[in-house]
Amino acid sequence: MDLAFFVGCIAPLRYPGIESATREVLERLGVSIRDLEGASCCPAPGVTRSFDVKTWVTMAARNIALAERQGQNIMTVCNGCFGSLFESAHLLGEDPALLRDVNDILEGLNMTVTPHGVEVRHFAEFLAKDVSDNTIKKSFKRKLDLDVAVHYGCHFLKPSKIKQLDDPERPTMVDKLVELTGARSLEYKDKQMCCGAGGGVRARHPDTALAMTKAKMDIIKEAGADCIVDVCPFCHLQYDKGQKALGKDYDIPVLHLAQLYGLAMDIDPKLLGFEAHDIPVKLKV
Amino acid sequence: MAADNVPDTAWKSTLIDDVGETVNLCFQCGTCTSSCPSGRMTAFRTRQILRMAQFGLPELILPSDDLWYCTTCYTCYERCPRGVEIVGIITSLRNMAVRAGFMSEAHKDLVKTLYETGHLIPTSDKIMALRKDLGLDEVPHTVLRDKEALKQVQYIMEQTRLLMIIKES
Repeated sequence: MDLAFFVGCIAPLRYPGIESATREVLERLGVSIRDLEGASCCPAPGVTRSFDVKTWVTMAARNIALAERQGQNIMTVCNGCFGSLFESAHLLGEDPALLRDVNDILEGLNMTVTPHGVEVRHFAEFLAKDVSDNTIKKSFKRKLDLDVAVHYGCHFLKPSKIKQLDDPERPTMVDKLVELTGARSLEYKDKQMCCGAGGGVRARHPDTALAMTKAKMDIIKEAGADCIVDVCPFCHLQYDKGQKALGKDYDIPVLHLAQLYGLAMDIDPKLLGFEAHDIPVKLKV
Repeated sequence: MAADNVPDTAWKSTLIDDVGETVNLCFQCGTCTSSCPSGRMTAFRTRQILRMAQFGLPELILPSDDLWYCTTCYTCYERCPRGVEIVGIITSLRNMAVRAGFMSEAHKDLVKTLYETGHLIPTSDKIMALRKDLGLDEVPHTVLRDKEALKQVQYIMEQTRLLMIIKES
């Protein structure tokens, strides 16, 4: 089944380079995507689900129903979108009463969601599972000589009981994807710790969110990273804006995996949208 | 609701109806608290929230600022030796807090943005110009270019009454 690209909010509207890099990279890998027309916010799990589970799952169900209508599986580049859409699809597949309630509302829109109707995929796990290492390596035009601090984020692998992608405490999936470029993925303390932004904390308690970001940044700086590579535009934003807000000279550029792959494929950096970043992306690659 | 230190068994049943029985399995080992990235920075103690939920003390939990320090990172849930649905329980408690009128202005503003635009992030001329430079459509193929789609999102939020709940609070 083809893939419907679910862009979300932060990628298209804050870091459009993540969106353009994803399109460029997938095209070079021979993966065809179509836009998920008329999609809304996933809606963001940390806030929307915290406020009202029914609103969260019904809005997610509408996005899923749009993909069903297009006859395509969903692909997202964001852990938040992945969390909302994957977990909602899971719940709708497991809970007939919830499915009925949600479809009662969707009926008013002449829409319906089918249990297990489409799959929800994340860019990173799609590359790891559906595209061979050889295909990926062949698409690269140069070797990246970088020490990378990989940040998995929370909603990519967790809750692991339903995601079942990798070990949530000691994952290797994204490290391996990064190392295909020639870059080295660093081991560092508290690697799996949250960036601080999730759960509505960034909006309600920005100082606490930033304290978590600082804890991570201090460790990442100490580890000697040339850059951070994430698989989530929200973590991306928290690290990029967070470094600026902390006012320290961490000066560690933040790249989404799609942007790192863009560099390895020698795509014009102008198309990777680094000018939207607060921390300049100056890498000797 | 009962007085703030008297267990409210009816409320406790409502919580269990929503998230299941696992709240009763917590034996207060503190793995959640010691795993919590937010608890490292603040006085937020996940274990305490769970104990108050076990006792049935909504008057202590729902107005509490502590409830909103969880980043929903799932570390506690992954490590809990008793299989307590910790994030699910915190989520359910937050939903109750919102319905009881305990919601920050910053969070209310997010809901309003979601209703008005279908997204949580506002767009700007600067971003549209950058999108164009990157070879993207200035306006993404989302509710932002489709008024009917936005109306559908608004219909959902009206049906679930989230917006009304916020306005009433």
